[in-house]
Amino acid sequence: MLGKTAGGLYWMFRYLERSENTARLIEAGQRIALTRSSSADDEWAGVLQSAGAFAGYLVAYGEEVTRDGAIDWMLRDKDNPSSVLNMAEAARNNAKTVRTALTREVWESINENWMTLKEALARKIPERDLPEVLTLIRQRSAFVRGAMHGTMLRNDIYNFARIGTFIERADNTARILDVKYYVLLPSAMAVGTNIDNVQWQNILRSVSAEGGFQMTYGQDARPREIAQFLMLDKRMPRSLAFCMDKIRDNLGYLVADYGRRLPCHDLCDRLALNTMSHSIDQIIEMGLHEFITDFLKALAELGGQTEIDYRFYI
Amino acid sequence: MIGQAANFVRALVVSCARASKIGPMEAQKTFDEMWGRDDSLRQPYEDFNAWFTAEDAARLRKKQAEAERLFRLTGITFNVYGRAEAAERLIPFDIIPRIISGREWSRLARGIEQRVRAINAFLHDIYHRQEIVRAGRLPAEMIAKNEAFLPQMIGVTPPGGVYTHIVGVDLVRTGPDEFYVLEDNARTPSGVSYMLENRETMLQMFPELFSKNRVQPVSNYPKQLRRSLAACAPDGAGEKPTVAVLTPGIYNSAYYEHSFLADKMGVELVEGHDLRVVNGRVAMRTTEGYQPIDVLYRRVDDDFLDPLNFNPDSALGVPGIMDVYRAGGITIANAPGTGIADDKAIYSYMPDIVEFYTGEKAILQNVPTWRCSDPSSLAYVLDNLADLVVKEVHGSGGYGMLIGPTSSKRELEEFRRKLKSRPNNYIAQPTLSLSTVPIFTKSGLAPRHVDLRPFVLVSPKGVDITPGGLTRVALKKGSLVVNSSQGGGTKDTWVLEE
Repeated sequence: MLGKTAGGLYWMFRYLERSENTARLIEAGQRIALTRSSSADDEWAGVLQSAGAFAGYLVAYGEEVTRDGAIDWMLRDKDNPSSVLNMAEAARNNAKTVRTALTREVWESINENWMTLKEALARKIPERDLPEVLTLIRQRSAFVRGAMHGTMLRNDIYNFARIGTFIERADNTARILDVKYYVLLPSAMAVGTNIDNVQWQNILRSVSAEGGFQMTYGQDARPREIAQFLMLDKRMPRSLAFCMDKIRDNLGYLVADYGRRLPCHDLCDRLALNTMSHSIDQIIEMGLHEFITDFLKALAELGGQTEIDYRFYI
Repeated sequence: MIGQAANFVRALVVSCARASKIGPMEAQKTFDEMWGRDDSLRQPYEDFNAWFTAEDAARLRKKQAEAERLFRLTGITFNVYGRAEAAERLIPFDIIPRIISGREWSRLARGIEQRVRAINAFLHDIYHRQEIVRAGRLPAEMIAKNEAFLPQMIGVTPPGGVYTHIVGVDLVRTGPDEFYVLEDNARTPSGVSYMLENRETMLQMFPELFSKNRVQPVSNYPKQLRRSLAACAPDGAGEKPTVAVLTPGIYNSAYYEHSFLADKMGVELVEGHDLRVVNGRVAMRTTEGYQPIDVLYRRVDDDFLDPLNFNPDSALGVPGIMDVYRAGGITIANAPGTGIADDKAIYSYMPDIVEFYTGEKAILQNVPTWRCSDPSSLAYVLDNLADLVVKEVHGSGGYGMLIGPTSSKRELEEFRRKLKSRPNNYIAQPTLSLSTVPIFTKSGLAPRHVDLRPFVLVSPKGVDITPGGLTRVALKKGSLVVNSSQGGGTKDTWVLEE
């Protein structure tokens, strides 16, 4: 397989994952804005931060964060490389580049994703249409994933796509935790205290985990449990532990496929071990923020090393 | 100008005689491939017509819309340069097939094979001893002064002796048995993916038509292409030569076709930056390091192929590939320098070229061509300008061209001046009455002008011609422009079993 193709697949699925996560963040932000009376726009700075779109927003819009500005920036602004619209186009351009590696179904679903979103995001989204548009984004992304699961051979092509998916997802979950860690933190000291109901719901909603959490822990939302769930629970498909497991599996299949272990595999093992070998109490004691900062750094390094080892660019 | 697209999206450059004018060729009623000249159903269309008559028009309209949706979903689009928004457009597809009988086709196929063999022999000769010039059948300046002649190819024999691995021969029809070659495409002919997808779409939408009519399949083309390319691999490539398709990238107008062909052949689709010369071989960067390529089906023009040997600014090619090529380390398909064979000035010599290399009369006719470099021809052309089509020798895409019957007095005068000052730069052809095939419109069937591009594969093992080819149709009434950027469309082309 061409190195360029591996890179194209990896980025195609990173973009797809990111656009879906952005939609989810907006959904959660909108929800919280609607349920709180005062300082609703404060929430959007946090959402922008979680989406990794804050710095760009400040440049484009200035200091004042508004709901409309934030949503438009994240969904459809041409100047925001991580806007959903730009992601859909970038994912499709990557798919075009790697067209020969994709099944017809996967190509058609990613092409339709772009065609649909291009139309849906052609104009500023009025508030009443927002829920529908956000659902559409998640749905289209699910179609691509479905086509991929149902039709792609489980070979190196699939593995690079999966590695991209889970590196992006781990990154996104970690960012959400990092932006919101202060919500979890103060009350974490007071064992057994329930944190702000709206805030924790928002965190869970951002990763589509309300139902899963309730199934596991019941109605009581304690910060410790939420952190545990989003970081270390291997059943939760957006947790750091789950993502690390998948990245390690898929990198591992490449070792089997190509018969060669490369530096990225060592990095991956180290990061997985680091993530998994602590209990949540230890992590909180060490400092949640510090832990997540280290995790994000190591994850970026792993992504970079994978690009080098499998000759994405040179 | 739409750059690379020019090869495929091109105006039909032979215009139609008007009924009111008596041109150099007797004007007569246009030949319709379904209804003939006298509204009597022609035999190849009998079964189709029975089916069509029984069909409900509303259902067909729905099918026509469905076809468009299918094409858009598959991404069969072409890029239009210079337009940032909506840069991708569909080539309209018409659901009425063009039907050619088995008998008609076998004659055409013989003619195409003869022509393509002659073109290959001509290219070998031109880059070696130039016997045809020595024999006085082709003026030396036609070669020496021709921009399409590539000095870098002098004395180079490509692996297997094949120059034009893939050829598209553009044909027009004027009567039941009258076909003319409008143009040869010996560089990187495109459009074959439309031929294949058109059939695929028809099979999906009207399966019942194919059980009634015995239509010769076209779906083997990618397999044949791969086999044909592999058969041209350099010596020492081994049992299974590594083939790759070289594309300028996703923004190229024909990118869809490049990826389509690579996909269907099961080979890598590479760009210049994936390739590098390693240990005297052209190699592609894979996830496991550099892997040598034996046969490169390039869809990049000669000029951009190698910045060390041609255009130094090209980022689309591979530095040093020509050196590997000359040393026999890789097959480039089509070979560099094949443009000399489809040059418009050379075109007028094709009947001689066919005869010179095959020893037979050309089966397929050329459109009669006056070379304005010849004083008596020039005189004739100037006298009959209003009835002729005048083309620039090196022009393409229908630019710098005069269509006499539809031009104003002022335009004619302007061309008269041009012809007198640079006669060598022009050729002239009569206006032909091009055949029509019905298309499906809101008010039923309506005749439209068509042309045909059959696709030909050449290898040391032989010549393969896919039955049919790509039919392009001018969708506007009376129009002769099949150019897809100006309202041209395509049709499925059927060759019936004999």
